[in-house]
Amino acid sequence: MAVPAAPVAAAPPFAARMAGFVGHLRLNGFALGPEETAGALRVVEGGPHTTAEARRRLRCLLAGRREEWQRFDALFEAYWFGRGRVRERVERPRHRQQRNRAQQALWRGHLGDEAASEPADARGPRLESAAGAEAEGESSGRLIASRRQVLRRTDLRHVVDPAEMAAAEELAFRLASAIRYRLSRRQRIAPRGRRLDLRRTIRRSLAQGGEPLRLAWRERPDRPVRLVVFLDVSGSMQHYSRFFLQFVKGLVGRWAESDAYLLHTRLVRVTDALRERDSLKAMTQLALLAEGFGGGTRLGEGLAAFNAHYAKRALNARSVVLILSDGYDTGSPEALAAALGRLKKRAPRLIWLNPLLGWRDYRPVTAAMQAALPYIDHFAAANTLDALAALEPELATL
Amino acid sequence: MTEAGPDLAERLRDVGYVADEGLATALQLALELKRPLLLEGEAGVGKTEVAKALAALLDTRLIRLQCYEGLDAGHAIYEWNYQRQLLAIRAREQEHLSARQIEAEIFSEDYLLRRPLLEALSQEQPPVLLIDEIDRADEEFEAYLLEILSDFQVTVPELGTIRARSIPVVILTSNGTRELSDALRRRCLYSWVEFPEPGRELEILRRRLPGIDARLAGQVAAFVRALRREELEKKPGIAETLDWAAALAGLGIERLGAEPEKLQRTLICLLKTEADLKAVTPEVTARLAAE
Repeated sequence: MAVPAAPVAAAPPFAARMAGFVGHLRLNGFALGPEETAGALRVVEGGPHTTAEARRRLRCLLAGRREEWQRFDALFEAYWFGRGRVRERVERPRHRQQRNRAQQALWRGHLGDEAASEPADARGPRLESAAGAEAEGESSGRLIASRRQVLRRTDLRHVVDPAEMAAAEELAFRLASAIRYRLSRRQRIAPRGRRLDLRRTIRRSLAQGGEPLRLAWRERPDRPVRLVVFLDVSGSMQHYSRFFLQFVKGLVGRWAESDAYLLHTRLVRVTDALRERDSLKAMTQLALLAEGFGGGTRLGEGLAAFNAHYAKRALNARSVVLILSDGYDTGSPEALAAALGRLKKRAPRLIWLNPLLGWRDYRPVTAAMQAALPYIDHFAAANTLDALAALEPELATL
Repeated sequence: MTEAGPDLAERLRDVGYVADEGLATALQLALELKRPLLLEGEAGVGKTEVAKALAALLDTRLIRLQCYEGLDAGHAIYEWNYQRQLLAIRAREQEHLSARQIEAEIFSEDYLLRRPLLEALSQEQPPVLLIDEIDRADEEFEAYLLEILSDFQVTVPELGTIRARSIPVVILTSNGTRELSDALRRRCLYSWVEFPEPGRELEILRRRLPGIDARLAGQVAAFVRALRREELEKKPGIAETLDWAAALAGLGIERLGAEPEKLQRTLICLLKTEADLKAVTPEVTARLAAE
C-alpha cells in the first residue's frame, strides 16, 4: 500500500501543498474557496489512506458537477505526481469565461464593428403608449418601438446603408428587450388568486369567533415560459442573421430561463456569449463559437445533436422553441423530421420564423420546409422588424 | 466517527447493495463529515436505492421527499392542521377563552403537520433523509433547502425556530434535467454515479436473483452493457436488467443465442420507448448477443 499523503500530513508544508492543489483546481475552473482547503485537509488527515482512497475522498469533496468529477483524476495525477496535462478549462455554464481577445477580429468580419455588442444607449426597453396609461398598469399594451417606423417595415435584406444597418440592429435588440419586459410585467399584475389561503383565513377568523368571514386568497405566480432559440447562420441567411442575432441577444440576455444555439454545419451553444455584458468579450466568444459561419446548414443534424446533448436539460413542459431559419437545408429532410419529432415531444410549442415567408411569391415548398411543417405550431414571416415584433403574443402563451 | 466502520462497501453488500469504491467512499465521507451528499447520474443507476440501503445498514428510518415542479414549503416542510384548528376554535369558544389564548393554543406544535423535512429534523435517532430528484423542484425551493441543510433548523413564524434533535444523513439525487445552483453544489459532497461495469452488474444479478444460472447472468450483464452503448432514447437501468434476467429465467431461456424470437420478445423489459424497440431489430439483438 502506497501512502503518499499520510506521512507528509504531519509536516506543515503539507497544508501548503494542499492549498496549492486547491488553487490548481481553481485555475482549472473549479469553484472553490478557502473553506474547501480546510475541508480537504480534514478529509485526508487521520486515517492511513491509500492514494486511491485519498483521491476518491478529495474528489467527493472538491468536485461539484459531472465535468469536474470526470476531470478530477487527471488533475490529481498532474498535481501530486506531475503527470499529464496541467491546465484545462472546464466549461462552466452561467459563469464568466475569459477567452483570447485576439480572436475577436474574426467575428467583426461577419457582423460589422458593433454587431455583437449591445447598442450603447439601449439601457432599457423603450415603450410608448397612448395617453400614458402605462403608468396605471392598464395599458392596452400595443408595443411601439420608439423611432424609425419606416425602417421597421423594410425588408431587412434591402437595408444596406451602414448607418441604417446599425439602427436596425439596435431596433431589433430593443424590440426583443421590450417583449421580454412586457411579459415579465404582465405576470406581476396578475388578478386575484384562485386558491384559498387557509393559513391567513384562519388567522383572520379568530377575531370573529372562528367564522371565516373574510377569506384570504393566493395565487401561485405564473412561472415564465422557457425559451430555446435556434438561429440559422448559414450562407443563405446572411442578409438576415446579423439582425436576428441582435434580436436573439435581446431575448436571451433578458430572459432568465433561455438558451440560444447557432445552427450551421453543426450546432453551437451561444447562451453564455450572448449574455456577456462586456461587448469585447462577447465578440471574442462568438467568434470562437461561430467557425463555419456562412456555410451550408444541416438543420436535422444540428437539432439531433441538441436532442442528444442538451434537450433533457434545456426543455421542460413550459418551453417554447423558436427556430429562425429559411429552411434551405443541405441535410436530409427525413433527418430533420425525425429530429423535430423528438424535439416536439419535449417542448409543447414550436415557432418557426422564416424570413422568406414575407416575400411575395414564396411558398414553403423546399423538402426541408415540407418535412418540418407538421411539427410547427406557429409559422410566420420574419423579414421585417415589424414581423419580429408580432411575435410577442406567441411568446406570451403556451 | 466510525458509525459505519471502515468497510462500508462490505456492509452495504450485506444489505443487498453493491456499491463501487467511489460511491462507498462518498457515503463514508457523508457520514463522517455530516454533510449532504449529492448523487447525480442517469435514471436507473441506483441512486435512490443507495439511500434505502444506507437506512437499512444504519438501522434507522428513511424519510423521503419526492420533488416535483411546484413543490412548496407547505408540502415539504410543515403545514398547519387547519381542520383541527377550526375545531379547536369552536371548542374553546364554549370555554370563553380570549382570542389571544385561543391563538396561542392553535398555533402550538400539536397543530403542526410535519412534512418530510421537518419530520427528519424531529427524530431522536438520525434518520436518512432522501431528497429525490431535486432537479424537478423549482429554484425557489432549492433556496429553502439550502437554508435547512446549512443550519438544520426551521423557522415557523407563529412558533419560533425549531432546531434539529439530530442531524440527519442527507442524500440528494438529481437526473440533471436542470442546472442546480452553485450554492447547493458547494454545500454538498458530490458523486457522479455511472452505470455499473459488467463485473458489478453481475454481482448485483447474483445477489438479487440467487437462483440464476451463472453463465446466463454473465451473458445478461454483457448484453446490457453493449445495449447501453447503442443510440437509445432511454438506456436500460439496473432495475431493467433485473427484470429482464428474471423474465429470461422464467421463460426457461438458458443461453441468449438459443431462441432469437423469444429473446426479441423479452426486450420489452429493457426498452421502454417505441423508438428504442424499433431501433433494436432482431439483427441488432443477434449482434449484441454475440458480443
